[in-house]
Amino acid sequence: MRALNRLFARLLNFAARRRDDERLREEIESHIAIQTEENIRTGMTPEEARRHARLKFGAIETVRENYHAEKGLPFLENLLLDIRYALRVLRKSPAFTVVALVTLMLGIGANVVVFGVLNAVILHPLNVAEPNNLYQIFHKEWMGGGPSYPAFEDYRQRNTTFTGMAAIYGLSSVGLQWNNAVREVSGYDVTGNYFDLLGVEPEVGRFFHASDEHGPGSAPYVVLSDALWRREFHADPSMIGKTVNLSTNPFTIIGVAPREFHGTEQFFWPDYFVPMANEEQVEGWDFLHTRLYTPVSVIGRLKPGVTVQQATENLNAIARELAREYPATDKDQSARLIRPGLEGDNEKIIREFLVSVMVLALLVLAAACANLASLFAARAADRSRELSLRVALGSSRQRLLRQLLTEALMVSLIGGAAGVMCAGLLLNVLSRWQPFGSGSAQLVITVDAHVYLVGLLLSLASGIIFGIIPARHAWQSSPLQMMKTGPVNSTHLRRFAVRDLLLGAQIAICTLLVTASLVAVRGMVHALHAPLGIEPKGAMLAQVNLGMVGINGDDALAKQKQMIDAAENIPGVQAAGIVNFAPLSGSGMSGIPVYRPGTVDQSLSNQVLATRVYPVSPDYLKAAGTRLLTGRNLTWHDDAHSPRVAIVNATFARKMFGQASAIGQRFLLWNDLYEVVGVAEDGKYVDLTESPTSAVYTSTAQIRQSSTVLVVRSSLSSREIAAALQRMLSETVPTAPITIRTWEDALSNVLFPARTATAALGVLGLLAAMLAVTGIFGMAAYSVSRRMKELGIRVALGARKTQVMRAAVGRPMVLLGAGSVLGLLAGIFASRLLGQIVYQANPRDPIVVGGAVLTMALLGIVASAIPARRALTVDPSKLLREE
Amino acid sequence: MKQKKDVPQGTLALMVLKTLDVLGPLHGYGIARRIEQISGDLLSLNQGTLYPVLLRLEQEGAIASDWGPSENNRRARFYRLTPAGHKLLAAEKRDWEQTAAIIARFFEVNAQDLP
Repeated sequence: MRALNRLFARLLNFAARRRDDERLREEIESHIAIQTEENIRTGMTPEEARRHARLKFGAIETVRENYHAEKGLPFLENLLLDIRYALRVLRKSPAFTVVALVTLMLGIGANVVVFGVLNAVILHPLNVAEPNNLYQIFHKEWMGGGPSYPAFEDYRQRNTTFTGMAAIYGLSSVGLQWNNAVREVSGYDVTGNYFDLLGVEPEVGRFFHASDEHGPGSAPYVVLSDALWRREFHADPSMIGKTVNLSTNPFTIIGVAPREFHGTEQFFWPDYFVPMANEEQVEGWDFLHTRLYTPVSVIGRLKPGVTVQQATENLNAIARELAREYPATDKDQSARLIRPGLEGDNEKIIREFLVSVMVLALLVLAAACANLASLFAARAADRSRELSLRVALGSSRQRLLRQLLTEALMVSLIGGAAGVMCAGLLLNVLSRWQPFGSGSAQLVITVDAHVYLVGLLLSLASGIIFGIIPARHAWQSSPLQMMKTGPVNSTHLRRFAVRDLLLGAQIAICTLLVTASLVAVRGMVHALHAPLGIEPKGAMLAQVNLGMVGINGDDALAKQKQMIDAAENIPGVQAAGIVNFAPLSGSGMSGIPVYRPGTVDQSLSNQVLATRVYPVSPDYLKAAGTRLLTGRNLTWHDDAHSPRVAIVNATFARKMFGQASAIGQRFLLWNDLYEVVGVAEDGKYVDLTESPTSAVYTSTAQIRQSSTVLVVRSSLSSREIAAALQRMLSETVPTAPITIRTWEDALSNVLFPARTATAALGVLGLLAAMLAVTGIFGMAAYSVSRRMKELGIRVALGARKTQVMRAAVGRPMVLLGAGSVLGLLAGIFASRLLGQIVYQANPRDPIVVGGAVLTMALLGIVASAIPARRALTVDPSKLLREE
Repeated sequence: MKQKKDVPQGTLALMVLKTLDVLGPLHGYGIARRIEQISGDLLSLNQGTLYPVLLRLEQEGAIASDWGPSENNRRARFYRLTPAGHKLLAAEKRDWEQTAAIIARFFEVNAQDLP
């Protein structure tokens, strides 16, 4: 209480700037007067009495200091003084201040952006109750990482370590029909316990529960996402209880999920949630009873006190049981627990990528700090006279240190604030940016307190780092030495060495970053030139899902033929064909087992290979630009009444038939015997980094598909052909949702990782290049300006230009060389790091090494050109007269 | 000549409080004189050091002050104990006595007294 009273009084005094010493002065006066009178009474002369009174009182100045210290808050007062002084000093040299601020703004801004993404993607917990004991159960042997639905049920019932498990099946491009309009939506089929397991509450209405499911088709309920509810139904609460059609089957809307809830995947925002019991009504068929197909993702919540280790052992014991019970399908499986959120196994890649970029961003900041430290050190050297004067006048060294640190911290905090602000804006833009086109895939980045805290900490840390170096310098300065010799003295060269080291380190870091960004660009170029097996340039994709509007089977085939004919009749169109899902679009039939003819026991262990299957129309290969290597193309005569035929890709032919010619050979697919009539070139089907994959093209007249992608190759501009296709399709299939894009646009999701990596590393490399330029420029300019007089004398004494140049910019150049070599070596040793970031990265690539060397040399020349010119044009007579 | 002792930190405040308790309102000089007298000139006191202590006590609410005329009609600032100051003095006194008693007991104990 007392202490509080006192603090309050002091704060009040501090705030009111009550610095009046009037009261103390008067008290002291009266005190000394009384003492003097007393002394006179004891028989002293007035002067003597007064002197004794003063002596007895003690040093008035010290008393006043102590009194003042008691009165206000000296620490805060000094801080304010320091800040005001620092601001004045910084205003006095605007160029220096602006350079420092911009450097920091970029350095800290880059870090905050990277951290913001890292925070949102990896550190930010999912919007579910108790995310800490929620895991995804991942089986690496199965495509998609999940088990078959019956296996999921086995795991769920037999395990002793989970309080609950839920299965999720993502289904995109579903037709949602309401009021005679069909929208394309993407969402989840989930087991009934899904919402209860995650512990979320509905925003409106109710969720479905495990008790709602009574076998297949028993729960025709749909829960809408908040976004879909707002977008399509104008947030109308009366929609609860209404019936909408999903894939032409009726579903009752029972509730709306909370706004921030989007399941357990960071990048995916589902539009709807439907009970898995009704999977058949949505997709047209279901996987609830087959162990051959492994489509679901499984999440589970650990029982309290159960470790990940125990749960994994428990699951693997079940996997061994299942392998004994179902040797045909469930052999050799293993389970592993991973954190949900980043599309299964991609988590490791994404995490490593982000952490690597974070490291590089921190290196940029380190380079910026080295740059600023040398700038501040140079300034401290210029101000050494002022500093030593202050020491001589009795200022304590701590006080000076604090003053210099305050200056550095002011710069770092202002620069950091600007950096965080820019980063916040950029993150907002990123958050609204939809890298995979419009749709449900997006990353929402919220700038939360963590991000601001990191920005503040980075600013403070960098301020202290680059403030300590010049402060150390002031600490060691001897006032006597300084006053005697002035700024240029014998310690000059030694002091220079610290800054040399800083610049060398800075250049090494910058070279490393420039190398990294060159590697990324090379990787991107590689990725763009990887043989895709298709020719996206000049091709247009029109996605029409006929199933959404209830056109299936033979009707769908007739419509498709009609669409192809209409497209071929558009002037300028060279070829048009259809496929169910385009390669590299993220969808399509995959992992389909292929057997030799006559195989009776069709278990997975007897399969020769697993392949992708593309039902296509005759002209698809021509429209897609996929070359037919041997054999014939498909025709419309390869229909339901003729023997089944297929074109296989080169990998399929090699794996299945070895060296023998594939044409005329047969294989079993879905219990049908197919004859190979042609071999097509290999391609990429899922992503650019995949190893050669088998693929089969079958006739769409033999495997009918309602999902349709019309591929049109034409010489028209993309806008013309898009408009023509839109017109044609809205006549042919008036109600179906249609998406028309160039194939190149459609590939953006495949190129996304490479593009992101290139953009991130490119920006960091650019920042590094800028820092290198400012660093070298600063150093060269400073050394030239400090040695102007010396250079003038040299020129006057007849020094040649090369000699002047060497004196002026020799040292920065040597540092540039040494730093670059170090940075390049570091870049080569960091190839593992870079390899994680970019596809086909190889820092030993001669083009990369050469590029980095050339870049650094160019940067060096650009940065030292101006100071060197100044050194060369020095006019000795003028210079010597000035002093 | 006797060796004079410096005033230990913290005890000066206690002395000030006790002085005001005994003598009632007093100005700075009066307090200083009184402390010197009581201590029998054993303490060397730079009288000026009193003033920061007075300010501190006042900020803590233990004493209050007002301008008033001194004995010889000079303007002087008079300090008096507040109720909070009385309480503080009582508490400090107890603390001090306790500490003194403990220390005293330590000095009384001899080796043979120990069990």
